[in-house]
Amino acid sequence: MSTTAKMIEKVKPMNTIQAVNMALDEAMGLDANVILLGEDIADGQEGGIVGVTKGLSTKYGNARVRSTPIAEQAIVGAAIGAAIVGLRPVAEIMLMNFTTVAMDMIVNHAAKLRYMSGGQTHVPLTIRTMTGAGFGTGGQHADYLEAWFAHTAGIKVVAPSSPADAYGLMLSCIFDDDPCLFIENMPTYWNPGAPPQTGQRIPLGKANVLREGRDVTVISYSRTVQDCAAVAEKLAQEGVQVELIDLRTISPLDEATLLKSVAKTRRAVVVHEAVRRFGVGAEIAAMLNEHLFSELKAPVQRIGANHSPVPFSKTLEQAFVPQQSAIEAAVRKTLG
Amino acid sequence: MTPETRVDKAILIDIYRRMALIQRSDDRFRAVIKSGKIVAPYYSPRGQEAIPAAVSVNLTDDDYICTIYRGIHDMLAKGVPSKLLWAEIAGKATGTCKGKGGPMHITHPPTGVMVTTGIVGSSMPIANGLALAAQIRGEKRVAVAYFGDGASNIGAFHEALNMAAVWKLPVLFVCQNNGYGEHTRYELATAARQISDRAAGYQMPGVTVDGNDPLAVYAVAREAVARARAGEGPTLIEAKTFRFHGHVFGDADAYMAPGEKEAAMAKDPVPRFRSWLIEGGVAEVELAALERAIDREIDDAVTFALQSPVPDLAELQRDVLAEELA
Repeated sequence: MSTTAKMIEKVKPMNTIQAVNMALDEAMGLDANVILLGEDIADGQEGGIVGVTKGLSTKYGNARVRSTPIAEQAIVGAAIGAAIVGLRPVAEIMLMNFTTVAMDMIVNHAAKLRYMSGGQTHVPLTIRTMTGAGFGTGGQHADYLEAWFAHTAGIKVVAPSSPADAYGLMLSCIFDDDPCLFIENMPTYWNPGAPPQTGQRIPLGKANVLREGRDVTVISYSRTVQDCAAVAEKLAQEGVQVELIDLRTISPLDEATLLKSVAKTRRAVVVHEAVRRFGVGAEIAAMLNEHLFSELKAPVQRIGANHSPVPFSKTLEQAFVPQQSAIEAAVRKTLG
Repeated sequence: MTPETRVDKAILIDIYRRMALIQRSDDRFRAVIKSGKIVAPYYSPRGQEAIPAAVSVNLTDDDYICTIYRGIHDMLAKGVPSKLLWAEIAGKATGTCKGKGGPMHITHPPTGVMVTTGIVGSSMPIANGLALAAQIRGEKRVAVAYFGDGASNIGAFHEALNMAAVWKLPVLFVCQNNGYGEHTRYELATAARQISDRAAGYQMPGVTVDGNDPLAVYAVAREAVARARAGEGPTLIEAKTFRFHGHVFGDADAYMAPGEKEAAMAKDPVPRFRSWLIEGGVAEVELAALERAIDREIDDAVTFALQSPVPDLAELQRDVLAEELA
């Protein structure tokens, strides 16, 4: 048994549902300005559709933990208004596809009010949302839409890959003075991981080098980080050293960490569950080319989902998401 | 005017001062824009002066408003200083928003002007949030969402009214029904006989009032503000009015029936209220002095705006996020 495994064995593992709940609980305890809004989030409605907010309305009251109508524009609008005058709302938009219903509020208002007001107002709002293929929810319940938001100036986009990261990044989002979109992966909600250290916030805008290596840099975020870790482990058996970077924050992008790593490895693969075309991978590949074109030993590879809506049938759904075999092939391609 | 209403003379004159400030500012905006000294999209509120003037005398600087692209009247009535307003419209560094918002996004928290949106319907959900903060903190503040008749057909209106009613939020939804959504007549776009009928769907009081009668608007707004402050929830007020200069300044008004605008302009609410005040015993010299003071304020504001510096190019990067971008 490795040392890490022994350490994990000693402490009780925690899943992402528990970790986010713990972060919300801690933030609400620290600051009376933190309020929660969202569909079914109060305990009378079972503390959220998967129970992320369970217990919080009982502890902090229904004034601060509010189940809302199914009305995404009204939810985000109310959160924006409250944020402008000093509250720190955490609005849950149950599924990422439902953010489309609130796009005007998120893109035209939350992201822009600081700039349009010349800095007189700002929107310390966190929008929590979950997504990801794997539950057979089909084309309107599982998309990764982070590129749309990362393309909008004025909003931060955060996507944790583990329970401990979810906890530390959630706390940072809540106490950040800018709007943050916080993306939780639904199919891995129940996967146990190392518990966070209480109070340990993870800075926004900083990527995490999960594994050091000299041969190729693999860049990912959210669920696919686990796939990349598995591929890196497999390739290590052959002596290929993968440097694995978890972005943690998609926007603002930690360009410095990426450039430092790729300047060393001179090879890069970007992996995400969102469809590949026009995605975050394209932005990262372009940025790496702009800075390191003459250094690169191979074109930057991008792995993303099939360019289609998320299909329902299990066979199709499994084939839709990026496969570990595809990640492995992309890494090998950069090695020539 | 509503003859039976008894209102303190000081309040009546305050309403008139706000109406005259809007009317005279608008006259000057159009003249200056026409002269080419300021280049800006301009949505004239001329003809709608009585509504925010009579609503705002019921509010303090602690109360919030969210208004829309046709909102200069709402801002002036709420007290945004003329100099800062003019400088913002001129795109100058000295404007309310350092020249980065422009006429459609003027913001001035010291007077409670928290958001001005260029998106039809979006003032209402955000006003709910301002009201929600006041409710959670146990403050007595109220929020006013201004919007037009066209905005009552968009989903945000219905989501916002429903939520405000369910949560009994201290908010006034003030619809300035000027008969047109952009170029389309009310009847062609709106199924409701009148906007206030829509309040019934949300179990909140809904009232239609002559928006060109400041006393009628004052009475309705006073009651709605009192209800909101008492924790009794929101009110939908439909104030019927008319805009004298089309959708956007330069509009040819070809979509209007011949004579419709002229008939409305003949009943201009500003001189009508002025005459009513004088008939009721207010000395004309008092109003004339007030108007001269307004003209001086506008003269100073125009000079200030035109002479102010343009924004530094570094402003391009500032205020995107709390930390300046590299």
